[in-house]
Amino acid sequence: MKILVFVNHVPDTETKVKVGADGKSIDTAGVNYMLNPYDEFAVEEALRTKQAFGGEVVVVSLGGDANKETLRKSLAMGCDKAVLLKDQSVRDSFAVASSLAAYAKEYGAEIIFCGKQSIDYDDAQVGGIVAELLGWPSISVVVKLEVTDGNIIAEREIEGGHEIVHAKLPAVVIAQKGLNEPRYPSLKGIMDAKRKPIEEKSASPADNRVEVLALRQPPAKAAGKIVGTDASAAAELVRLLHEEAKVI
Amino acid sequence: MKILAFAEQRNGQFKKVAFEVVKAAQTISEQLNAEVIALVVGNNISSIAGQLGGYGAAKVICVEEPRLELYSTTAYAKVIAEIAKAESAEVLLLPASAMGKDVAPRVAVKLNAGLAVDCTALSVNNGTITATRPVYAGKGLVDVVVKTPVKLFSLRPNVFTAGNSNGTPAPVDIRKVELSDTDFSAAVKEVKQSSGKKDVAEADIIVSGGRGLKGPENFKMIEELAASLGAAVGASRAVVDAGWRPHDEQVGQTGKTVSPSLYIAVAISGAVQHLAGMSSSKYIVAINKDKEAPIFSVADYGIVGDAFEVVPAITAEVKKLLSK
Repeated sequence: MKILVFVNHVPDTETKVKVGADGKSIDTAGVNYMLNPYDEFAVEEALRTKQAFGGEVVVVSLGGDANKETLRKSLAMGCDKAVLLKDQSVRDSFAVASSLAAYAKEYGAEIIFCGKQSIDYDDAQVGGIVAELLGWPSISVVVKLEVTDGNIIAEREIEGGHEIVHAKLPAVVIAQKGLNEPRYPSLKGIMDAKRKPIEEKSASPADNRVEVLALRQPPAKAAGKIVGTDASAAAELVRLLHEEAKVI
Repeated sequence: MKILAFAEQRNGQFKKVAFEVVKAAQTISEQLNAEVIALVVGNNISSIAGQLGGYGAAKVICVEEPRLELYSTTAYAKVIAEIAKAESAEVLLLPASAMGKDVAPRVAVKLNAGLAVDCTALSVNNGTITATRPVYAGKGLVDVVVKTPVKLFSLRPNVFTAGNSNGTPAPVDIRKVELSDTDFSAAVKEVKQSSGKKDVAEADIIVSGGRGLKGPENFKMIEELAASLGAAVGASRAVVDAGWRPHDEQVGQTGKTVSPSLYIAVAISGAVQHLAGMSSSKYIVAINKDKEAPIFSVADYGIVGDAFEVVPAITAEVKKLLSK
């Protein structure tokens, strides 16, 4: 099976948001980047799909040279080949998804995996847009997946429960935390990754549809009051929640 | 100009967010001089549709058939896009719920439109809609505009206020959208409800526990406090990663971002990725032994004390209050 997995290179979860000089994006000084956590589940599921059906896993990322670090990590986990769709411009989800979909078509993918959202812009759109552009079904926030020849049965998270979704291949599977336990790259994997190729191509052009006017920090919360230091404070706390905050 | 508001229902009942979306559409419609049309998709739902008038819909379009009883990404996307085209709607509002987040990107592509997701505010200036949405799980906010002729916005549940219905029913217009089998290429066959469990993304009150609880068995007191308040149980990443709680309860950057009216954090120190996910709650209560814990910097009310003593005492007080 020709398996494609999309990965993004994002500021890690410890990142504190400081507005950059352009007023629209974060100040990246001192920021560490990582393989987007949700994409890690996608990579793992892609590798498991290969184990079951054979074929190859190609990992694709769109961005600058920095993304090679994330591609290398994916290769170290076991992906066969990496592709960097080079582009330094600021892209919205539609513009990213357009180029990824174009590559998927060119490659002839039979199944695509990606994470449910990048933890920077939290946009949660790329998988759905790619599927729609390709005319494929998509299943999002997948926590359980079963692929049998030509068919998918997946479980997706909804409010207070799960939906069991049936779909036919080719399809886009959008991973949620809980889908699997991503493997750590082995030492051999890391060594092998250094020898595996990263193909560089320019990303196909696409226009943004959503424009960011400004990035700002959320209004700071003033620190509140300490009601007490032991169980005797419980009555006062409940009174405050009832009478002052009026939330219970 | 027309605004189409997608009103989500499941099992013939509107989700709370459906009213929020219709009301938000009505709020911006005044400045845009627009008409609000609500859309309901499902099976046997025309009888509930009219009540959306009470939240500002001038008309409700209903598309119903047995195959739409359960959600289908592909079929729902087609229905919403077809109705938007038929109505020449220029603005579409959807919920940023599990359903709305799933369907909206596909609808946007069908309408050659841009989509701003998970918006927490909409404002209109000189006819242009500016949306505010959290990024980095709430560590930042961006103001965005959609540049395409048709514009989509999905709204975060629990943030926009629906208020009470004014009781005016809206006329219901039942429409048919031709759907072939291939339109159901991804379709839900079964829904598994977690019995009686409230979801953190929808709950009005959340009681969350962290690693300070020392073990999964001690979540019983969190569950008891949550039950007394009719609240959902949440958890920090540390306890989810340790396997004490299921991941659908995780609040924070790699879990859910929540905005309940009350968030009670028990034995959670407040790592930056957790604060990101819950700082927009209306009221925050922190219970922690360590008075230096970062969670106190965002809390409206704090108790610096031992959760094992404080939490059962709060549960008892809540029960006392509610029995009055």
